[in-house]
Amino acid sequence: MQTPSSSISSDLPPLPELDGIDAVAPAQFQPKARAVSRRRFLGGTVAAGGLVVAFNVPFPQRAVAQGMGGAATPASATGAAAAASVRPDEMNCWVVIQPDETVIIRVARSEMGQGTLTGLAQLVAEELECDWAKASTEYPTPGQNLARNRIWGSFSTGGSRGVRESHDYVRKGGATARVMLVQAAADGWKVPAGECAVAKGVITHKPSGRTTTYGKVCEAAAKLTPPTDVALKDPKDWKIAGQRVARLDTAAKVDGSQVYGMDLKLPGMLNAAIKACPVFGGKVKRFDAAAVASRPGVKKVVPVGDYAVAVVADTWWRAKTALDALPIEWDFGPSAAVSSATIAATLKAGLDASDAIVGSQAGDARQALATAVRKVEAVYSYPYQNHATMEVMNATARWTPERCEVWAPTQNGEAALAATAEASGLPTAKCDVHKLNLGGGFGRRGQHDWLGQAVTIARQMPGTPVKLIWSREEDMTHGRYHPITQCKMTAGLDADGNVTALHMRISGQSIVAGVFPQNLQNGKDPVVFQGLNAGGAEGAFGYAVSNLLIDHAMRNPHVPPGFWRGVNLNHNAIYVESFIDEVAQATKQDPLALRRKLLAQSPKHLAVLNAVAARIGWDKPAPAGVGRGLAQIMGFGSYVAACAEVSVADDGTLKILRIVAATDPGHAVNPQQIEAQVEGSFAYGLSAALYGACTVKDGRIEQDNFSTYPALLMAQMPKVETIVMPSGGFWGGVGEPTIAVAAPAVLNAIFALTGKRIRDLPLKDHSLKKA
Amino acid sequence: MASLNVNGAVRQFEAEPDTPLLWVLREQLGLTGTKYGCGIAACGACTVHIDGVPTRSCVRPVSTVGEGEKIVTIEGLAPKASHALQRSWVALDVPQCGFCQSGMIMAAAALLKAKPKPTDADIDEAMTNICRCGTYNRVRAAIKMAADGGPSRTA
Repeated sequence: MQTPSSSISSDLPPLPELDGIDAVAPAQFQPKARAVSRRRFLGGTVAAGGLVVAFNVPFPQRAVAQGMGGAATPASATGAAAAASVRPDEMNCWVVIQPDETVIIRVARSEMGQGTLTGLAQLVAEELECDWAKASTEYPTPGQNLARNRIWGSFSTGGSRGVRESHDYVRKGGATARVMLVQAAADGWKVPAGECAVAKGVITHKPSGRTTTYGKVCEAAAKLTPPTDVALKDPKDWKIAGQRVARLDTAAKVDGSQVYGMDLKLPGMLNAAIKACPVFGGKVKRFDAAAVASRPGVKKVVPVGDYAVAVVADTWWRAKTALDALPIEWDFGPSAAVSSATIAATLKAGLDASDAIVGSQAGDARQALATAVRKVEAVYSYPYQNHATMEVMNATARWTPERCEVWAPTQNGEAALAATAEASGLPTAKCDVHKLNLGGGFGRRGQHDWLGQAVTIARQMPGTPVKLIWSREEDMTHGRYHPITQCKMTAGLDADGNVTALHMRISGQSIVAGVFPQNLQNGKDPVVFQGLNAGGAEGAFGYAVSNLLIDHAMRNPHVPPGFWRGVNLNHNAIYVESFIDEVAQATKQDPLALRRKLLAQSPKHLAVLNAVAARIGWDKPAPAGVGRGLAQIMGFGSYVAACAEVSVADDGTLKILRIVAATDPGHAVNPQQIEAQVEGSFAYGLSAALYGACTVKDGRIEQDNFSTYPALLMAQMPKVETIVMPSGGFWGGVGEPTIAVAAPAVLNAIFALTGKRIRDLPLKDHSLKKA
Repeated sequence: MASLNVNGAVRQFEAEPDTPLLWVLREQLGLTGTKYGCGIAACGACTVHIDGVPTRSCVRPVSTVGEGEKIVTIEGLAPKASHALQRSWVALDVPQCGFCQSGMIMAAAALLKAKPKPTDADIDEAMTNICRCGTYNRVRAAIKMAADGGPSRTA
């Protein structure tokens, strides 16, 4: 059976796809690697401004890396390295200074709305001491990265790790360039570099008052040997980083000029529409190409693997309508009888099964529960979710027997390159991927089934660029879904109502088992335990319980899982934070007081919780008719908490009035963008909590558009007050962690107001009408 | 050959009569600022103005748009993105991924034309576009800023 796959081709070192997993540590900034990078590109085709690719609309003739022939070439092989392209004005792989004083900052991670392009550029510019107004950005291609020994490190953009995992080496890139530029100026003046100062790209020789600029010395500076050790600024001295600077990419997003993957137009390009078997794991039995061959604009009807069919036409609309008219017979395969009910039964059995894998433990929870004076128990569940990016999946590919190029909105250029190589049948060195702007990612664009499809189609039309666009219906029914889980929480209490034991049993799907099973650790999916770990950046469980057991019964239905913004932290926070409130109620304690008691040894968890409690005014009763709920968790390296205020009308209509959210990401690179991410997190998290559920019938996903998988709209969006409180000393992410506290804060507020405890989402399936 | 009046110019194109206006704009006329999001008029990413009326172009057969009707897309809203909404959008850094923003701005422009000082309830009623990044609160703030004349020049 062929299934959509973005698995890594064997001629590459293992690459991280999306996150939760430290599959590969990012390549650190290495002067040694830069020595390789200084070799000129063979034939020089890229050097002439060629690196300004993916940001403008690239053409297929451009940036064709010649001399990359031969068999599959590991990244470290000299053949690939020799083909590395380096423009002569490059200070190092992160920084290009041009004689007109403009500065190009390279960004390896993908911009998908989260602001990483601006944030990473701020970090480079801060150390570079350039004029921020003259800075722009560009993406290197993953092919260039491989050819240069992965000098840019990881391209993977997920897990809120753009800044938190590359801050060190991108800042060193900026600092190294600054040192070389100042040295070049000092050399010109024949003075010690220590006598020179620099600000906004202007270098001053302090004793004499002479000045010069980056643009004037960049050529000389580029010839210098880079220093091997550079000091980084103390964040308290930041002038560009840490500031509320405007995004670099806004202007093109207000006049229609921003080119997204879907908008790409290449000379001679055709368009493709695709239909995969509606049941995951099913196949195409037969299709009748002749029935649509004479329709206007239709060029070809092609199989894609054994599970999908595509129509290629001059326009996408003609391709799509021809596909709708194409008779296709399916073999629905082994999962055609699976339904939400059968999946739920399987997961329910896992709640008490003996085959669970332990994530965290302390003391002896089972024994302590057996002897507890009193027990509190609750069972929760969380459904499948679709990413539903506003821009549907799409990719453009051009294949010849010698070369395959792809233009795609991807969250991970390197994984996209691997998927290109696999689908093209060509060695990686003969492929490249040009990243285009993403109309949303949320994790979906870190898996590349759609990209492999585009290459497979293009391969059947050699030399012709083909743009594959999914319909919204295809996108909704062939996602990589937020995993489905159930959870049984059991607490043991002593005679005074103190929590002496806690058992958290998660039953359900593993993303890692579905996406890269080779990364399971003796059968354990570590991502399952986000926010529940004994320690570490991926989420330390803040509550101190002397007898603790958190375990997972892995149950993997046939629906393909994926990393969905917030990942497992989303449901883990719902389970833990709802249950803490249930324990508080059972023991007649204030939910804040109980949390404070259990978090006494977790000061950073406690600090964000206290911040939201203070801002909302927890010490005073909520206004009449308003319920308040709290939630806190740690994940993606950051500490977050929220308090929600809700009201419920007599007819049961829920209104989320106000959210206060606090986040401690260690360092805040751009506070106004952190606020945007936190606000957006509530829109995403509350969309899921209020409306989101992908259900399964006859083996297929039932929801096929926004009519059946609705999103939160303007009218439902609560006010969000964001407290950004970086405490320093660590680097956390901001794109995802706050999503996790959105739903439990609202669920706890509903309970506080109505006494109704909702344990299954979405809320639209429950009536809040007064009984 | 059929023709449409788009952004002040008469444009010729060839397409089947039932082709949605959206796809004629994007594929025949090269105006890709108007986006495909759902194809069922649910998300609003495809919003354009037809004689000033905000219209979801993904479900509007092109043959039903008369040659005399004036279509305005995001590209033609104002010269050099000078509409008060566009300036406010930039001032408040509204977009995240940006994909829905053309439709948001076109819907907001029609709202301001009908109601120059919209209330929150007016905004809720008129702005039914989906944004998955969650820019809603900044969209609301930018509409109010534009209603007040846009960002001050000194800002």
